[in-house]
Amino acid sequence: MSSMWKKTAGAALLLTLLSGCHRQIVTQTTVSTSGPIRVVFIPKNSGNPYFDAVNTGFKKASGQLGFKYTQLAPATAEATNQIPIIQQQIQNGVNAIAISPNSTDALAPVLKQAMQKGVTVITVDADMTGSESSRNACVLPTDFSQVGSSQIELMGSLMGYQGKFAILSATTDAPNQNFWIAGMKQALKNPKYSKMTLVGIVYGNDDPQKSLLEAQSLLTRYPDLKGILAPTSVGLAAAAQAVESARDAGRVQVTGLGTPNQMRRYVTDGTVKEFALWDPSAMGDLAGTLAYLMAKKSVQPAPGVHFQVPSGGSYQFGPNNVLSTGPLLTFSKSNIGSYHF
Amino acid sequence: MKSSHSIFWRNEYTLAALTVLALLAGSRLSSHFLDAGYLLGTTTLYVETGIMALLMTAIIICGHIDLSVASTLALTAAATGVLHAQYAVPFWLACCLGMLLAGMLGALNGVLIVGMNLPSLTVTLGTMALYRGAAQILIGDHSVGGFPAWFCGVDQVYAGPFPVTLLLLLAGGCAMALFLQRTTLGRCIYAIGNNKTASRLSGLRVGAVEALLFTLSGLAAGMCGLLMASRLSVARFDMASGKELDVITAVVLGGTDIFGGKGGVAGTLLALCLLALLRTGMGLADIPSEKQQIVVGALLIGAIALPRLAELARKQYMKRQKPAAAG
Repeated sequence: MSSMWKKTAGAALLLTLLSGCHRQIVTQTTVSTSGPIRVVFIPKNSGNPYFDAVNTGFKKASGQLGFKYTQLAPATAEATNQIPIIQQQIQNGVNAIAISPNSTDALAPVLKQAMQKGVTVITVDADMTGSESSRNACVLPTDFSQVGSSQIELMGSLMGYQGKFAILSATTDAPNQNFWIAGMKQALKNPKYSKMTLVGIVYGNDDPQKSLLEAQSLLTRYPDLKGILAPTSVGLAAAAQAVESARDAGRVQVTGLGTPNQMRRYVTDGTVKEFALWDPSAMGDLAGTLAYLMAKKSVQPAPGVHFQVPSGGSYQFGPNNVLSTGPLLTFSKSNIGSYHF
Repeated sequence: MKSSHSIFWRNEYTLAALTVLALLAGSRLSSHFLDAGYLLGTTTLYVETGIMALLMTAIIICGHIDLSVASTLALTAAATGVLHAQYAVPFWLACCLGMLLAGMLGALNGVLIVGMNLPSLTVTLGTMALYRGAAQILIGDHSVGGFPAWFCGVDQVYAGPFPVTLLLLLAGGCAMALFLQRTTLGRCIYAIGNNKTASRLSGLRVGAVEALLFTLSGLAAGMCGLLMASRLSVARFDMASGKELDVITAVVLGGTDIFGGKGGVAGTLLALCLLALLRTGMGLADIPSEKQQIVVGALLIGAIALPRLAELARKQYMKRQKPAAAG
């Protein structure tokens, strides 16, 4: 046994000495140029209903445009688990990789390798913020700068544009929620909402128990409260639970951002009339279409460039080649049955 | 390696045969599989697991286990990154301090296990959570980067056709094999794993050997932390999360007895090679990760159950040969 080891070690050492070390230089292009265009989507993890909905959109685009499509998910949402999948797809000669990155920077080296080998790389649902040079374009679910005003309009329409309401958010430093709340405060300056009073912002830390306690204390602290706006899915479900158990449905309107699966029972029993979220399957459709057209070199993304979707509709690349899929989708009793994420 | 002298087979032969089977299966599954350059390149993903597995082999032979290796890896990388990024420590010095910390984290395991006579499973289960938590407190949910250019991308450095990190793993494997087989200290580890009380009564410094192993395990994990930080160009608290199980899988699949006393580095490295080939082959064939896990799990059970069945069959055979001796 050990003599075998000695020989192996000797051979390895010799090779090292003979050859000297060098950095590998990527020049060879492995992308297949024959056959149909192949697009792969790598979500954050498997068994996630949200990404199942995105996958549905990709499949729709694949069926309409005739490209070969595969979804490959890591078992857990961790950046290092996405790296082997990306390398395997480069080796397989895939034309385009669409990925929902689990890290804004740890994936940058391997995605850059993919781009150097001629693979089109687009990020979906979340971007490589700060490492934008490691992907060609990005498809986001909605224009985040419009979320705040759209949420205030939804809250206002439910409470008749007058009365007191409160915001139940995630954590005090959640970047998305804070960005949206700033947009809400800006929107409230509009005279249309002058009779609406924001009495307070509370934070449930995206913890179901803490969120429920915060929602319950809002109901006792403000007996004349007319609305709770929760721009986070955990908070929205907790607010609905608090209002339902206090039998305050109808007096207190609950709305915000949440997924149909989480909110289905509250919408069915009437506690929540309407809530919103972006449409993940529309995002998958757009991302699949963009990946295909970019791999075919029919679209060259650049800020300000317009991009025509074959099935209709036009999009414009924003700064850093970012595309926004569309406005928020409002869910109610009438349409929630057709969404399953 | 006593039981591997079974009349039926040595464990390493089984693994070598399975590795050949995996190569055949991989080439059947995907036409992109048999590409030496690509396969050598993918080994860089498994080097960290491999280096930690070398020390884990010695620890398991010694009758212990170290569940904290992946957390030590993450905390070392996080601490090195923070020292450089927030406290402007020169990067080479930050690396040295990171390695010092890694040694101390390993030594803490050793002190708790040896000094307080606590079970290694419990202690390292605790430090696994503790070190990972500390890494998260240190850098939160963000990444720490900004490493100097010379440090990044160690997995892209090649010596001829071989990635240098692979050569590092192989050199470490040779060193560990020689240490376990040829040195007095190495033989002591087998003795302790076979019978701790007898070893102590024979005058072996059992505690010192155990503490040394845990310290070395911490140092190895720390080095893997730096290797991974170089590969990813950033440090994150969730680096290598769950990797301790991959490490233990490679060691146990490699034929090292989980109860100590038997095993070796060659089996561990062959098992790692087998796991890497299987994962790569299935990945190239677009087989979903859930199904890959089923295959790996079934392989592990099979590889452990088969030698045990062979051993039972051998005992039955021996009994029939010498009925008097059995009584």
